[in-house]
Amino acid sequence: MAVYKKTYRPYEGELTPGWSRFLVIPRYAFVEFRGKRFLSIFFFLSFIYPLICALIIYVQHNASALNLLGVQGARSLISINVTFFMSLLGWQSMLALFLASFIGPGQVSPDLANNALSLYLARPFSRVEYVLGKMSVLVILMSLMTWVPGLLCFGLQGYLEGWQWMRDNARLAGGIFFGAWIWILLLALLALALSAWVKWKPAAGGLMFGVFFVSAAFGAVINGVQRTRWGNLFNISHLVGVVWVQLFEGSNRTTNGAVFFRVVQGEELPLWTCWAALGVLSLVCLFMLARKIRGAEVVR
Amino acid sequence: MEPVIELDGLEVRFGPRVILKKLKAALTGRSVGLLGPNGAGKSTLINTLLGFHKPSAGTARILGRDIRTHAREVRSLIGYMPENDSYIAGMTGVHMVRLMAELAGLPPEHALERAHEAFFYVGLGEVRYRAIGTYSLGMKQAAKLAQAIAHGPKLLFLDEPTNGLDPPARARMIQLIQEIRDRGDLHLLLSSHLLRDVEDCCDQVLILKDGNVAAFCNLEEERRANRRFLELETRGEHNGDFLTAVQALGCETAPGAQGRIKLVMPDGLEVRSLYEIAAGQNVQIRRLNHKRDSLEDIFLKAMESPDGRL
Repeated sequence: MAVYKKTYRPYEGELTPGWSRFLVIPRYAFVEFRGKRFLSIFFFLSFIYPLICALIIYVQHNASALNLLGVQGARSLISINVTFFMSLLGWQSMLALFLASFIGPGQVSPDLANNALSLYLARPFSRVEYVLGKMSVLVILMSLMTWVPGLLCFGLQGYLEGWQWMRDNARLAGGIFFGAWIWILLLALLALALSAWVKWKPAAGGLMFGVFFVSAAFGAVINGVQRTRWGNLFNISHLVGVVWVQLFEGSNRTTNGAVFFRVVQGEELPLWTCWAALGVLSLVCLFMLARKIRGAEVVR
Repeated sequence: MEPVIELDGLEVRFGPRVILKKLKAALTGRSVGLLGPNGAGKSTLINTLLGFHKPSAGTARILGRDIRTHAREVRSLIGYMPENDSYIAGMTGVHMVRLMAELAGLPPEHALERAHEAFFYVGLGEVRYRAIGTYSLGMKQAAKLAQAIAHGPKLLFLDEPTNGLDPPARARMIQLIQEIRDRGDLHLLLSSHLLRDVEDCCDQVLILKDGNVAAFCNLEEERRANRRFLELETRGEHNGDFLTAVQALGCETAPGAQGRIKLVMPDGLEVRSLYEIAAGQNVQIRRLNHKRDSLEDIFLKAMESPDGRL
C-alpha cells in the first residue's frame, strides 16, 4: 500500500533494547555534524599533529629514511619518551577544548529553547539517558582526537621498538588513556552544563573559554596578592596537569606537564586537592544539569 | 471495566503550594476530556502521569501500571502532544518524528516508515522534508500529533491540541482526533479550555478546579439523557390541551412564556408522537430543539461551587 494511503495503526513489531536508546542521539548528531563544513574541516585538521608524531616515530626507526633525509643525528634530537606523548596529548586536548566550545553549546540549549525536552522525556527515555546521549556526542569526537591517536602512536612505537619497550612504558599508555578521559569527561560535563544554563550559543561557547582562562587569571591574581599557591585551585588546566604528571610518571617526576597543562615547579598543589577540586567541579556541573534537564519546568 | 487512568489520592506539591489535592477518579472512557480554568492543574496532572513531577502523596495507575514504580513502562504506552511549541531545532519534520519513534524503541527502518506514514496521516506529507522550525503554527500542531502517534501508543495525551488554530485547521485536527478515537486502538486524554473540543471528541469528562476534581461525568450518558430533553416553541389556541396530552404520555413538562415548553420524554416515546398530538390539537410546533449545552451546564455548575467540589 502506498504510504500516503495508510491510516493510523498501532505498532506491533520488535523494540530495541532500552540500554541502547541513548546512542540514537549521537547518531543523529553526527549526521548534523557532517553537514557543518567548518567543524568537519577543524576535526580533520586536528589529526595533523598525531600524523606528524606517527611520522617521527616511523622515521626514527627507519635508518634508510634518516639517511635519505640526511639527518642521521635526528634520532638523538627527538626522543620518543614521556614528554613526547604528554605533548601529543596536551596539544590534542587543547584542540578538544576548542571542539567542545564549538559543539557543546548546541547540545542542550536548543532543546531547552524549543521545549524539546518534554518530547524526549515523554518516552521510555530518562534524564540520565538524555545527558549520556548528549555527552556521548562530545565524548566520541574528543576520544577520536585525544586518546585514540595517542594510543595508536604508542602502539606504533611499541611495534617498532619491541615488546620490551612496551612493557617498560606501559604506564604511558595508562596515562594517555586515563588522562584523556579525565579531560574529556570534564569538558563534556562543563559544556553541557553551560549549554543548559546559557541559551545563547555564542555566549555559552565564550563562557566555556572563560571558565578556563578567566578562572586561571583569577587564580594567578590570588597567588600574586596572597603570596600563596592555592589560587591554582581555580586553574583547571593546572589541576589536570598535576593529575596527568602523576598518571604518566607516578612519583618519579621528570617533566612538569604538557603545553597548556604545565605545572610551575614549586607551585604544585597536593595531588589529592586536585582530584577533589576536579570532583567538586564535576558535581557542580551534574547539579546544574539536574536542575535544568526536566520534562516540565516547575514555577514555584 | 479496567480503568485506563486511575487516580488514587494523587497529590502534587511545588514547594509549599499544593497543585493537585488528593485526586481520586477512575477514568474508563475511550476518550476522556480534561477541563478546567487556567491554573486548575490540568497540565500538572498530565505531567505527573508522564513522570515529569513526583507525587507528594498517593499515586496513579495507567492501564494498571503504577506511575511511581513503573514509570518507564508507563511512558512506553503513552504518546504525548505537548501544549507548547515543541520541536528539535534544525531538523526536518520527518527526521524529528523518526528520532522520537526511535527513542520510543522502534528500530530505525520501522521508525522511518512510520514517521512517513504519520506525516501523511496528519496531512503534512508534502512538507515532511522541510525544517520544522519553518512550519506554521497549524503545521507544528500537526507535527506534534504525528510524533505522538508514530510509535503506536496505547494512550494518547493531547494537551490543548487546537491551540492557535484557525477554524479550518481546528476542524481538521478535531476530525483527526475523532478518527483516531473511532479506530478503537487507543485511548485518549484530551486537555482543553474549549468545551466544544471536548464535547466533539470525548465520551467522559473530568473537570478540575483549584487542584480538586470538580466534576466527573459520562458525556455519552448525558447525551442519551439530552436526547430525551426537548425545548419546543408552539403556536395555537389549545396549548393547554397539548400540554395535558403530552403529560398523559408520561412527559415531564415546564411551560414558559410565548408558547415555549421544556419537556423530558420518557423512554420509548418518539418525537413523532408529539407532532401527532400537536396536529390533533391544532397546535403548530414552530421549533423543536434537543438540549445541546449540557457540558457547558456541567462546567458552569462545577465552577460555581466555592471549594471546587460538586
